[in-house]
Amino acid sequence: MSVLINQQSKVIVQGLTGGEGTFHAGQMLEYGTKVVGGVVPGKGGSTHLNLPVFNTVAEAIGQTGADTSVVFVPPAFAADAIMEAADAGIKVIVAITEGIPVADMVRVKSFIDTKSTILVGPNCPGVISPGKAKIGIMPGFIHQEGSIGVVSRSGTLTYEAVDQLTKLGLGQSTCIGIGGDPIIGTTTLNAVKMLMNDPDTEGIVMIGEIGGSMETEAALWIKEHGTKPVVGFIAGQTAPPGRRMGHAGAIVGGKDDTAEAKMKVMRACGINVVDSPANIGVTMKQALGK
Amino acid sequence: MNIHEYQAKSILKRHGVIIQEGIVASTPAEAVEAAKTIQGQTGSQFWVIKAQIHAGGRGKGGGVKVAKSLDEVRTISEKIIGMNLVTPQTGLEGKGVHKVLIAQDVYYPGPTSRLEFYMSILLDRKSGRNVVVYSPDGGVDIEEVAAKTPERIFREEIDPAYGVLPFQGRRIAYNLGLTGSVALKMVSFVENLYKSYLSVDASLFEINPVLKTTDDIILAVDAKVNIDDNALYRQSEILAMRDFSEENPYEIEAGKHNLNFVKLDGNVGCMVNGAGLAMATMDIIKLSGGEPANFLDVGGGANAQTVEAGLKIILEDPNVKAVLINIFGGIVRCDRVANGVVEAYKKLGNIKVPVIVRLQGTNAEEGKAVIDGSGLKVYSAITLKEAADLVNRHVA
Repeated sequence: MSVLINQQSKVIVQGLTGGEGTFHAGQMLEYGTKVVGGVVPGKGGSTHLNLPVFNTVAEAIGQTGADTSVVFVPPAFAADAIMEAADAGIKVIVAITEGIPVADMVRVKSFIDTKSTILVGPNCPGVISPGKAKIGIMPGFIHQEGSIGVVSRSGTLTYEAVDQLTKLGLGQSTCIGIGGDPIIGTTTLNAVKMLMNDPDTEGIVMIGEIGGSMETEAALWIKEHGTKPVVGFIAGQTAPPGRRMGHAGAIVGGKDDTAEAKMKVMRACGINVVDSPANIGVTMKQALGK
Repeated sequence: MNIHEYQAKSILKRHGVIIQEGIVASTPAEAVEAAKTIQGQTGSQFWVIKAQIHAGGRGKGGGVKVAKSLDEVRTISEKIIGMNLVTPQTGLEGKGVHKVLIAQDVYYPGPTSRLEFYMSILLDRKSGRNVVVYSPDGGVDIEEVAAKTPERIFREEIDPAYGVLPFQGRRIAYNLGLTGSVALKMVSFVENLYKSYLSVDASLFEINPVLKTTDDIILAVDAKVNIDDNALYRQSEILAMRDFSEENPYEIEAGKHNLNFVKLDGNVGCMVNGAGLAMATMDIIKLSGGEPANFLDVGGGANAQTVEAGLKIILEDPNVKAVLINIFGGIVRCDRVANGVVEAYKKLGNIKVPVIVRLQGTNAEEGKAVIDGSGLKVYSAITLKEAADLVNRHVA
């Protein structure tokens, strides 16, 4: 089992014909993901990568039975693409696009809250259930099928953690890149809950960063309801306050959203917090008693 | 992106918020002319001279003064323009002042009591909504109010579908202790502040203080705005307000190469693909006995040009004693990055500090072989631990 996606997920690519969409759709197909079509307004009726292209998400669902979408639409149009997918009844939307204006995401959040859709991202590497499906831009080959769930706000830092796990023989059940923006669909807590409830996940790696309070909320929940070992890391222990560290969401705004404060709460909630990101893999191995 | 007080006030005024009027000046002579004009327009007897820098706490550093004559406007402006202003928010190095705002006096005597409030609209990440945060205790450090008397800070969440509804505006006014016609003026003030906030894609629009004058006018005495960088593509007017003198020259240079760079004070430079890994690399440097000299995310395309541009900027800092390049190859191949590093290294020539290159992921071994076979003073690593040990050996 896995969370969010599996072998049966039927995926449409919003923005299929663009550079990013084309490249990563190809990679997803190669990985074995069931990509069934693309949505590009104005290009309906054509084919791309041997996939049918539709004008609207609703049409794509009608023709292909898609239940999942991945969004590569440019920032100015991405919010609209997400809302269209949610409105059409897509169950899981993975938004890869980086640079969506926050004001647009305020509207998306409000819109999505009235639907039964789960949004992952934006500004994220996507979701992968190794050996089953890859919906996103992560390099497939570093992953291995297994029982560790990974939730992270970052891209390459997640790959780093996954690589450590795989090299220690710890495969992954599902890796969820939740994204680095201030407003995202699936929060750290949402992702941790899913993985905690997944019978095939034995341990969870939770990678956060400065800014916001998502890791603190997840830690407090884990303290009360956690049933599996959790290894945690917060990036940005050396980040100065008030400066944006690349990710739009990575900015220290007060005393509670520093790396130090978050790591303290996580430790107090029984999470195995590592100071160095080099120790994520080995610490998980120890926590599992392997 | 940040803008100056005078720019923020021009946005407020356009959306119907009453402001403390003022004219910006770059020289003492301009300041005196501005003072005369303001006097003509508003009848103001005094003037407030306000340093225009992108930092708060200006008053505490001597950047805000009252002038009671045109002579004083000149002498005070002479002092403030060109000064290096140190405030609690600038850091010890301070910021150079190039412009002053000559503002009308709004603290004149009158029939009713004068009140100062705090109000800001900002993004609440937890709810994913914008909120009005306000307090009857304005004109003081709001962090202090939050720490000492949190019950004096109120919040009003805004539903994006409806905006600030009239009853919410009234609730704000009543919580601020206002009644009657002046309460209705506060309702308009909040509505227009929200319009201003939306119009420029702000993530913070802070007015401290909001003043109720002695003749019952509600106006903005100061204004601080943060603009969402992701929205700048549709904010051409705001982009034109960018003041490069407020920014670090290295960061401006890095921006030209599409590098995401933040200057820090340490001794180990770093260059990384991905923001999260870049922060984690800074943390590794610290744990290895060094201090990060910068944050630098080269993004997805780590090629010879970006590596060269990044190295150049890092090496201009004389405090840098070593450089750590940390690339996790996913889509980007490590051997390509390694070739890029070697090429950039040779092109820059005469690099006096050790360069540590950590390549992991796609073709990591091939990448390491390229570095090791280059004959350059470049140290290679594959695991994060090896990279950390190399940093430790060279700087600790």
